[in-house]
This record gives sequence, structure tokens and C-alpha cells, in this order.
Amino acid sequence: MASPSATVRAGSPARRPVRTRRTTELALVVAAVLIAVFGYIEVGVNIDGRVPSDAASYGAALGVLALVAHGVVRWRAAYADPLLLPIAVLLNGIGLVVIYRLDRATPGSEAAPTQLLWSTLGMGLFIAVVLLLRDHRILQRYAYVGALAALVLLVLPIAFPPVYGSRIWIKLGPLSFQPGELAKILLAIFFAAYLAVHRDALALTGRRVWRIRLPLGRVLGPVLLIWAAFVGVLVLETDLGTSLLLFGLFVVMLYVATARSGWIAIGLFLAAIAAVGVGWLSPHVHSRVTDWLDPLGSIAAGQGANQIAQSLFAFAWGGMLGAGLGLGHSVLIGFAAKSDFILATVGEELGLVGLVAVLLLYAVLVSRGFKTGIALRDPFGRLLAIGLAAIVALQVFVVAGGVLALIPLTGMALPFIAQGGSSVVTNWIIVALLVRMSDTARRPAPEPEPESASGPEPGPMPEGGR
Amino acid sequence: MRFRRRAADSSAERPAGGPQGLPGISTTGRRAATFCLVLIVALAAQATRVQVFRKKELDHNTANQRLTIQRYDQPRGEILVEGSPVTGSVETGGRYDWKRTYTDGPQYAAVTGYSSQTYGNTQLEGVYDDLLSGTDHRLASWALWDAVARRQQPGGNVYTTIDKAAQQAALKGLGRQKGAVVAIEPATGRILALASTPSYDPGSFAGSTAADQQAWDRLQADTDQPMLNRALRQIYPPGSTFKVVTAAAALADGVVTDVDAPTGAPYPYVMPGTTTTLNNDTPACNEPNQSLTQAMTASCNSVMGYLGVQVGLKGMVAMAENFGFNDAKLDIPVRAARSNFDTQMNQSQLALSSIGQFDTAATPLVMAMVAAGVADNGTVMYPQLVDKLTRSDGTDVQVMEPVRYKQAVSPAVAAQVQQLMVDVVQNGTGRNARIAGATVGGKTGTAQHGVDNSGVPYAWFISWARPEGSSAVPPVAVAVVVADSSATDVTGGGLAAPIAKSVMQAVLNR
Repeated sequence: MASPSATVRAGSPARRPVRTRRTTELALVVAAVLIAVFGYIEVGVNIDGRVPSDAASYGAALGVLALVAHGVVRWRAAYADPLLLPIAVLLNGIGLVVIYRLDRATPGSEAAPTQLLWSTLGMGLFIAVVLLLRDHRILQRYAYVGALAALVLLVLPIAFPPVYGSRIWIKLGPLSFQPGELAKILLAIFFAAYLAVHRDALALTGRRVWRIRLPLGRVLGPVLLIWAAFVGVLVLETDLGTSLLLFGLFVVMLYVATARSGWIAIGLFLAAIAAVGVGWLSPHVHSRVTDWLDPLGSIAAGQGANQIAQSLFAFAWGGMLGAGLGLGHSVLIGFAAKSDFILATVGEELGLVGLVAVLLLYAVLVSRGFKTGIALRDPFGRLLAIGLAAIVALQVFVVAGGVLALIPLTGMALPFIAQGGSSVVTNWIIVALLVRMSDTARRPAPEPEPESASGPEPGPMPEGGR
Repeated sequence: MRFRRRAADSSAERPAGGPQGLPGISTTGRRAATFCLVLIVALAAQATRVQVFRKKELDHNTANQRLTIQRYDQPRGEILVEGSPVTGSVETGGRYDWKRTYTDGPQYAAVTGYSSQTYGNTQLEGVYDDLLSGTDHRLASWALWDAVARRQQPGGNVYTTIDKAAQQAALKGLGRQKGAVVAIEPATGRILALASTPSYDPGSFAGSTAADQQAWDRLQADTDQPMLNRALRQIYPPGSTFKVVTAAAALADGVVTDVDAPTGAPYPYVMPGTTTTLNNDTPACNEPNQSLTQAMTASCNSVMGYLGVQVGLKGMVAMAENFGFNDAKLDIPVRAARSNFDTQMNQSQLALSSIGQFDTAATPLVMAMVAAGVADNGTVMYPQLVDKLTRSDGTDVQVMEPVRYKQAVSPAVAAQVQQLMVDVVQNGTGRNARIAGATVGGKTGTAQHGVDNSGVPYAWFISWARPEGSSAVPPVAVAVVVADSSATDVTGGGLAAPIAKSVMQAVLNR
């Protein structure tokens, strides 16, 4: 595939028209929908011996949603990266298939219809964002308001009863929502906006201690403060996954903005202290660490297989090629099989091949996000795109690493695939933002002056370049 | 996914180059992207480790239910006797879908073994578990494709060599006594009857419910050990039945050439290197220089002990091993316990061993091989419990051919030993095994055991039978042992011979 920014970078705009690649996107979207429908049919055939009666309507629902989303991209973001939408559709479709498959093993607690509803809402929000957000730089204006809103969203669940030991849910009747998910985006916007303005100060000022340049308190202060507030709230809610994710996001964005590797050292140091402290103080976390160090230990101790062990059994049973959709036994994992542990079902029924395919989809999605960030021209957009891509990558790592016993388990939703409305909605917004920004990045600059003609400045924009 | 660093890219054309010569976002962004992709590669590596390299270990972890679930998610293949299944499967509706049933469990328990969701699989159920549960790769017609598609084959079937009538006769004959019967077709080694009593119903604990567990616990706690397969897995001192081996050795080594000539055996016989005499149970034996025929018919310990010593350790060990002694891997295909004839002994121990005492101990299977080898003109055939293995559609997976175990003695010597055994039944201790219209050869045994021989003796009988006037290889050879009998007069001829007779009759009447 031709590098999308090649033409722009060549410094000879409009010599050769940049291809929009919308037809590629259409073909991939159709393929993604077909793969999902095929998976749906395979579940029915493998479990009941026949094609599920609602396969056509299921396929039509996903197909119509995906095609509308594609149409909107074609209309309003014609130069957007052609891989983002198909990958999101495919991951979402795989998620629906796997949840439907697990529903068949847990009669009485169907989750797939709800998930389809949330997916519809997510794709609706995707369409809304692509339609309404004409320039991502508008978001910069609302950075501080957004951060405040994120903080409120994170504090809110403390008022609600804990679920599985974590206070991260807002429950209103049958509806439940994890506001922390949405807070990730708001926080990424805030970091991007703040760092776009202050990156020079953060990079160049400060005391030098040995070989590491420590930043000045007044520059770093606000960021650290707001970040500490977030993490503090999360530790209070014992939602370690999100804490870890936000911390990682913070360190990555800080490094990308300032190029100071000292930040990484400080970040790792702080993370180590936090990890040891929390692991020591919280029995909840302590048991997670114990289970990670010896996943099969509870078996030797005569207490049967814990969830991590069951998860590993599921992955192993899948082997290279998998047991086939509907033919595994990942329901043995117990609760959260459809959410935190859903990747184990993917591994068991689609095998290492299917699992790596899914990981590759995430890798391509993430790399497209980074590519968008690198191709953009304004520092805010660049940092935001990179931040959003990093959110996806870190979240996949934290979740998948947890269920594969690579790192201690911290409950979080696998983007697009896991059961959970808040997660699906949030990830569709992330992809919508990346689509919007990639359109800006790839769109050929009108002649003659690329910088000034790229649209009206939505506000006082401190450009990083000089 | 290309994040190659392009020289002169970051600051020259990018408006957002890094401050004061530091790398710009293009560079740091690429580094961060590389970092994120390394995370995902780490996930793929860990997944490979779990799904490929640790697969076997995790699949076989005791806490992992998947193998058990897979085993029971379809009806198990059948074990058949004379073409009809003696097993079945029933749907349980639980996590383990199908449960083993047995049409006549106690009757064939020594043949089938058990297949339990909780307690595993033994004997034929164990040896052919892969075939019966459908995982044997030979069941697949397109092995490679089936492996890729993980298509599960319906379980295959195991056709046994058991003769229904002989098996029934064996169990009926043993009745409530403790003991075992093995009947073999001498020319082929096919096992016609394999019985062990008291028996048990393998179907009673095939499932995974509390009732199954109770049944299992009860059987395990039973002091009569109903789950012990006495025909294959228990060794008993064979007593006088071993004299058939000694006689064969004496004739084969030329120690005796004429069965009716005096053997030169002294009476009383003081065992070499001791002051102990080898005593007889019958006064008829208490004179010197008896012939082999006389010694066998009356079961004389002094003569046979003397002849064993005359043959020598090497010859006796060789002859015993010809009939299956000291074979630790006698698989029929269920593995039998190793029958013992010591290879290091002094002469007095050899004398005792030659009459089936001292450390000599045999499974009923091996004693049946002794009778069968003699009957088959000296050729011992490898005992086989299975005729063939088939797929569920009836096509053959494997058809067992008769296999020669060893040529124990020449046909001429075998004929002499046969005559000795016929004399035992005609005129000697084995008269209870006589069958009208048939020629029967046999040998009794009443083996002392326990401290100072205080235990109730083991009553043995080994024999073969052919229709009268026939010169063909006898169609049946039998070994019977009755242990811990409550009868007042325990002798092989009294307790074991009638059982052998009814089993042989069942085969002759086919």
C-alpha cells in the first residue's frame, strides 16, 4: 500500500492525485461482515447442526450498520485511512460471534442481543463523530472541561455498589455503564492539549540530576496533580487495569511529546513503587499477583483450578488450529468468560492461528493510529492520535497479558470483542477520531500554502513547530 | 506497519520537529509505536508458549476437565462376545454426556475391565481406550484432514475371542468360591473363557454421581477383592499342576525316555544338601524306582522333585519359560502378572520348585498355556483375548493372527506328556474331569501356602479335551484355581476338576 503521506511529503502537491481508497475500504468492510456472518453460522452448525434462523437478520443488521458507517466516511472523510473502519467492524463482529457462542453455553443469561444494541449505539456514535466533528483541533478547546468531566465520571461509581470487588460501574436498573472507559478518551485529549502547549518547557527546563533532567514543578505540577487524582480514584475503586492503562498512556505521551527518556525512567520508578505498594496493601491485588506467579498453584494446593489456570487450559486446548467455534469448553472459566476472559474463548476455538490473527488486527489498527499521528501536522492532533493508538495497544496488552498469565490479571475489556457496552462505545469513538484525523492527515493540501490553508484555526493554536 | 526512520525527515519538513535538536514527534512516535508493537508481539509469543509448547502439559493437568469431557461426549465403541455387544452407552444429560453400561457386567468384568467417568479405564477398556473413545488415529479415513478439522470419529469396536458358553460355564462352576478360570484354544491361543470370582459389576460406578462413588468405595473396601482379576493379575503356587512342566523337561532332556520304565527315583527322597525328605500325599507313591506314568497318575512329589533335580536348574528354568514363566510382558493385550520360576536356586529349592512349591507361582493364564502347549503338540501359542478391531461401520482396523509363543517341546515329547495327562484323568487324581465321548488329559494340584502351610490350599486343575477318536489338536485347554475354599476336603481333583470339565464340555458341545 502506498504511503498515504508520500504525496504530501514530496512537496509537490496535486502533481498526482491522492487516492481516497474508499473502494478498498468498502471491499474490506464487506469482507469483515461476511467473516462475522460466517462465524455466526459456524457456531449454529457446530452446536445445533444447522444454520441459525436469525443469521440473515444478524448479518443484515451488522451489514447495514457497517455500510452506513462506510457511506458517512466516504461522504465526510473521503481521505481517511481505509483500514480503520474494516478492522473495527471485523473485531466487533468477532466479538458478537464469540459472545453469542458463549450465550449458548450459559442459557438464561444472553448477552449477545445487548451487545448488538451497544454496538449499534457505538457505530451510531462513530457516525455522529465523523459527521459532526469537522476538525479535531476543536477538541483542544475543551481539554480542561473534558478532564474535569472525566474526573466526575470516575468518581461517580463510588456511590454505587461494587461489582466483583471493583467500584467501577454505574447501575441504573438493567443498564450498567463503566464511566472509566469514556474517561480514557477525555484524558487523552487533555494530555494531548496540555503537552502540545508545554512540551518545550517540559523538555528543556528543569534541574539536571546526574544524567536525567528533572522537570520544573510548576510545569509538571498540574499534569501530575490531575494524573494522581485519576489514579487515586481508581485505586480507591480497585480498578487496577484502568490505573495501569492511564499510567502507561501518560508515560508514552509524555515521552512522545518531550523526547526525554528520563520520563520513562521516572515512570517506571513510580510504577514499581505503586505496584509493590498496592500489591502489599491490597489482598485483592496480592492474590492476583500470587495467581500470576503460579497459575497452577491452587491445583497443587487442592483448591482446584483458579480462573487463570482455567484460562490457560482453554488456550492450550485450542492448540494451533483451535477446537472450532462452539466446540470448546471455555465456559469452565466461570464468571467473566464473556468479558475479561473472552480472549481465552478465541484462543480455544480459533486456535493460535485465530488468536494471532486477532492480535494482528489490533497491531494494524494501532500502527494505523500511530501512522496518522506521525503524518499529521499539528502537535495536538499528533499527540492525540498517538495517545488513542497507545490506549488500544496498552489495553490489549493489559487484558490479553492478564488472561495469558504474562502479567498479573487486571479486569478490563478487550477492545471491541469483550462484552461491555461502555467499552464498545468508547472504542468506536476512538476509531471515529482516528478516521477524522487520518482524513486530515492524508487529504492533499490545497495550493499554494499547505499550512495556512488547512482550514480556519479554531482558536489560539500554539503550534509546536518553529 | 512501517515505521522506518527516515533520515532528514523529522525536522526538515515537519513543522513539529523537536525542540533544540531533540527528536521530533515523528521520531518519538515511531519509537512509541515500536514499543506498542513489541507488546503485541510479546502477547503472540506468550500465546505460542501456552498453546503450542505447554499444550500437552496443560491438557493433561488433573484439574483440566476437557479430556474427560471429550472422552464422554459420544457413545463409546462396543466390546463384543461372539458378535454381540456386552457393553453399551447411555446418555446422562450431565457434563459428561455418555456413560458406559454393561449388558451382563459381572459375567464379563474380567474380560472388559471397566470404563468409569471418575475412576478411569482398565483392561480391554483401558488398552483399547483410544479406539473405543474414537481418538485412535487408525479410525480416521483421512487422518491428516481429520486432525486439522479435529473431527471426532465414532468409537471403534473390539471383538473378543470369548466363547459365551465356556465363559458361562466358568462363572457358574466357580459360583460363590474365590477363584479363576482361563480357557484357551490351543491351536491359536485364542482365549475362550476368562473368569475371576467374586466378580463385580463395572457398570455400577461408570458414572460420576454419588451413587457411583459409593459403589466404588464399597468394592474397594471389600476384603474379598472382587475387582482383583485373579485370572491375569494374581499369582498362586501351582502345586502339582507344575509337574506337567517337570515331566516335559525330564522327557525333553532325556532324563526319562520311557514313561513306563523305572525312573531310578529313590524313596524316601532326601533333598540334596539337606536332611529333609520330600513327602508324598499318597501312600501309593511311597516306594522307590517308580515310572513317570505312576508318578504323574498318583502325583508323587518325591519322584517329580527328584526328576527336576536330575534335569537341573538350567533345563527346568528353560522349560518353565517356554510356557510363559518369568515373562513380565505377557500382553494378551491386557498385561498379565509375571509368573515366577526362580533362576537362582540350590538343589533342594529346585526339587521343591519342580513340584510347584517354594517360590514357584503362576497366573491361571500361564497354567492354561502349559495345558494348551502340551495339547498343541508342544507349540505354545501366544494367548490372545481379541479377534479383531473394527471401525463403527464394521470395517477392519486390525485383525489378530495367531502368533507362536515358543516351541516348548517336540511333538513326540508332547505326545508322551499328553498320554501322562490322559492317564491322570483316566486312572489318577483327575477322574472328576472325565467326559463321555471325549479324550481328556489333565493334572490336579493342591498347593499348600501360608506360614507352615496353614492357609486353605489352592485347588488347581489344568486340562485339555478333544472329541474321542479325533487326532486333531484339542479345541480347548483350561486352567482352574479355587482359592480359600470353605470345603472340608480341598483338593484340585475335588474342587477344580469339575469346573474344568464343564468349561471343556461347553466348548466340545459347540
